[in-house]
Amino acid sequence: MSHATTAHDHGHGEAHDHHGPPAGFTRWMYTTNHKDIGTMYLWFSFTMFLMGGMMALLIRAELFKPGLQLLDPQFFNSLTTVHGLVMVFGAIMPAFVGFANWLIPMQVGAADMAFPRMNNWSFWLLIPAALLLVGSFFVPGGAAASGWTLYPPLIIQQGMSIDMTILAVHILGASSIMGSINIVTTILNMRAPGMTLMKMPLFVWTWLITAYLLIAVMPVLAGAVTMLLTDRHFGTSFFNAAGGGDPTMFLHIFWFFGHPEVYIMILPAFGIVSQIIPAFARKPLFGYASMVYATASIAILSFVVWGHHMFTVGMPAAGNLFFMYATILIAVPTGVKIFNWISTMWRGSMTFETPMLFSLGFIFLFTIGGFSGLVLALAPVDITLHNTYYVVAHFHYVLVSGALFAIFGGIYFWLPKWTGHMYNEGMGKLHFWASMVGFNIAFFPQHFLGLAGMPRRIPDYALQFTEWNAISTVGAFIFGFSQLIFLYNVIACIRSGKAAEQKPWEAADSLEWTHLPTPAPYHTFETAPVIK
Amino acid sequence: MNARADDLQVRNRQMMGKLLVVAVGMLGFGFAMVPMYRQICEAIGISQQRVVASGNTQVDTSREVTVELLASSAGLPWTFEALDRNVKLHPGQVTTVRYRVVNTLGRPVTAHAVMNTAPALAQRYIEKQACFCFSNQTLQAGESREMPVVFYVSPKAPEDLTTISLSYTFFEALKGRT
Repeated sequence: MSHATTAHDHGHGEAHDHHGPPAGFTRWMYTTNHKDIGTMYLWFSFTMFLMGGMMALLIRAELFKPGLQLLDPQFFNSLTTVHGLVMVFGAIMPAFVGFANWLIPMQVGAADMAFPRMNNWSFWLLIPAALLLVGSFFVPGGAAASGWTLYPPLIIQQGMSIDMTILAVHILGASSIMGSINIVTTILNMRAPGMTLMKMPLFVWTWLITAYLLIAVMPVLAGAVTMLLTDRHFGTSFFNAAGGGDPTMFLHIFWFFGHPEVYIMILPAFGIVSQIIPAFARKPLFGYASMVYATASIAILSFVVWGHHMFTVGMPAAGNLFFMYATILIAVPTGVKIFNWISTMWRGSMTFETPMLFSLGFIFLFTIGGFSGLVLALAPVDITLHNTYYVVAHFHYVLVSGALFAIFGGIYFWLPKWTGHMYNEGMGKLHFWASMVGFNIAFFPQHFLGLAGMPRRIPDYALQFTEWNAISTVGAFIFGFSQLIFLYNVIACIRSGKAAEQKPWEAADSLEWTHLPTPAPYHTFETAPVIK
Repeated sequence: MNARADDLQVRNRQMMGKLLVVAVGMLGFGFAMVPMYRQICEAIGISQQRVVASGNTQVDTSREVTVELLASSAGLPWTFEALDRNVKLHPGQVTTVRYRVVNTLGRPVTAHAVMNTAPALAQRYIEKQACFCFSNQTLQAGESREMPVVFYVSPKAPEDLTTISLSYTFFEALKGRT
C-alpha cells in the first residue's frame, strides 16, 4: 500500500521531484524523509497494537470463566506483562512519534526534521527492540512474567527473557531520546518566519512538552533497568535485601519515570483532539493560551506525584498526603482542558465525521478515566483498591479511550492529507461505534469487579466475579475484532479511496491544510512560508 | 541561503548538545536516587537498619522483673547451684542463665530437674526456649557440667509481678525410665 502512496507523491503540486524516493525496500531502509519515517512508525505501531491486542484477547479468554481453562498461569503472567510493555512502548508511543514525524515539520513550516539521519535510526532501533520483547516468549522459562512494571525481587529471579526485556527497554529508551531531541530541535530552531511559539498548533505544543518529558525521564528508566541488570548478573544489591538493598527503592525510581510516562502517552492525544475539535465545531480553539499553560502545568506536576502508585508500601502518612494532594491538583489543569474543548464546541456549527466522533468519545471516556483516577488518588481509598481491577479499568479508560481514540481520530483526520484519498465515512463510523460499544462493555464492568475486590494479574477468580468477567470478555472481543474494520478502511483508502479535496475539513487551519496540496508532496516547505 | 543553512545546522547541533547534557544528567539523577533514598529513609526514621537495631519489638522496656535463681537436689548427693544469684530483665527480653552440677557419687546417676516458681502463678509466664529440665541428665562418677536455661518472662505477666523465684530441683530418675 505504501507504493500507492509513492505513486501519488510523484505527480503532484510543488513536488518538482528531481530526486523522488527510490523504489523498493531500500527506500524505507535508508529514508531520511520525515513523511516516510512517520508512515513506518504508524505501521509499526499498528502491528504492535494487533500483537498486544491478541495477547489481551488471550487474557480475556482465560478470564471468561473461573478456573484455569486455556493457559498455564506462568504464561498468563507473561501475557499480562508483555501486553503492557508492547502497548505502552510498541503501540501508543510510536504512534504519537509517527504523528510527530508527519505533522510537526509541516505544521511549523520546516522542510524536514532537524536530524534526518538520526530520525531514521530512531525508527529502525524499534525493530530489534520489538523482536527482543516478543521473541522472549520463545526462550526457556517464557517471557517476563513480573508485570510491566518489572518489580524486583521477582524480576531478579526469572530467566534470560528478563535480560532480553531489559535490553529492549534500553533500546526503546535510546530511540525515544533520539526522537525527542529531534522534535525539540525542529520545533525550537526550524519554525517558519513569523511562526512564533504562541502561534504554533496545539499538537506541536503538546509534543514539545512531551519531548522534554521524554528526555527527562527515559534516562531514569534506563538507570533503573540497568540496576536490575547488574543486580542479576554483576553482584550488586540495589534491590536485593539480602545484600543491603531495598526492593521498595525500585518502585520510587520506576515511578519517577512512570508517572511522567503516562503524560507522555496522553499529552500528544490532547494535542490531536485540540486540532480536531475546532475543525468540526468550525470555531477557533477556546482558550489557546490556557491550553498551553495547562499542558505545561500537567507536565511539571507529573514529576512530583509518583508516590500515588505506591500508597501501600508503607510511606509515612505525611508522604502519602503530599502525593495525594499533588495528584488531586493535576485535576485542575486537566479540567481546564476539558472545559476548553467543551467551550470550543459551544454554539459551534458541529458536524460529526469520524475524527470528531472519536474526539467526542475521547472527551467523554477520558473524563470517566480521569474521575476514576481521582478516586484512586485518595490514599485511604487506594489502599483498598490497589492492584484490583478498578485500577485496570482506570488506566484502560485513559489509555485506550484516551490515547488510542485520539490516535484513531487523528489518523482519520489526516489520512486524506497523507494519502490524497478519502477513507470510507460509513465504515469509519462503524469502526467508531463498534469500538465505543465494545470498549465500554469490556472495561466498565471492571470497575465493579475491582470494587468487589478482584485482584489483577491472576488467571483465576472467585465465583462471584463470573458474570462481569464473562461480559467483559465479550466486550473485549467486540473491541478487538472491530479494529479489523479500521485496518481494512485504511488499506482501502490508500489503494482506492476517492480523491480527497485540498481541504476536506472546512475549518482546519494549520499550515498543512492551508499551504500544502493534498496529498502532501514528498518534499514540502523547502522554502519556508511566511506566517503573518 | 547557504550561509543560513550552515547557521541552522550549527544551531541544531548546539541544541542537540544541550539536550544530550540533560539526558545524561537525568541518567545520573536516576543513580543519585539510590543514596538519596537511603538518606531520606534514615532522616524520617523508616530505615531498614534502624528496624534491625531496635530488635524485638515485643520487649516491654517500661518495667523490669527480678528473677531469683535457686537450685537444690532432693535426696541426691549432687552439688547443684546457679552461677548467678539473680537476673533483672524486661518482659519479653530473652536471657540465658547458667547452672553448675557436680555428681559427687562414685557411680553414674541419671536425674531429672523439676521447675518450681514462687509465686506459683508466675510459672505460666516463664517461657523457656532451652532448658536442661527438658530431658533426663546422666552424669558419670565425679563429672561436673555447666548447663544453660534460655528463657524470657512473657510481656503478658501482670504489672505487680516484680520478683519471681525460679527454682530447679534434681530428683533421681526412676529405674527403667529414661
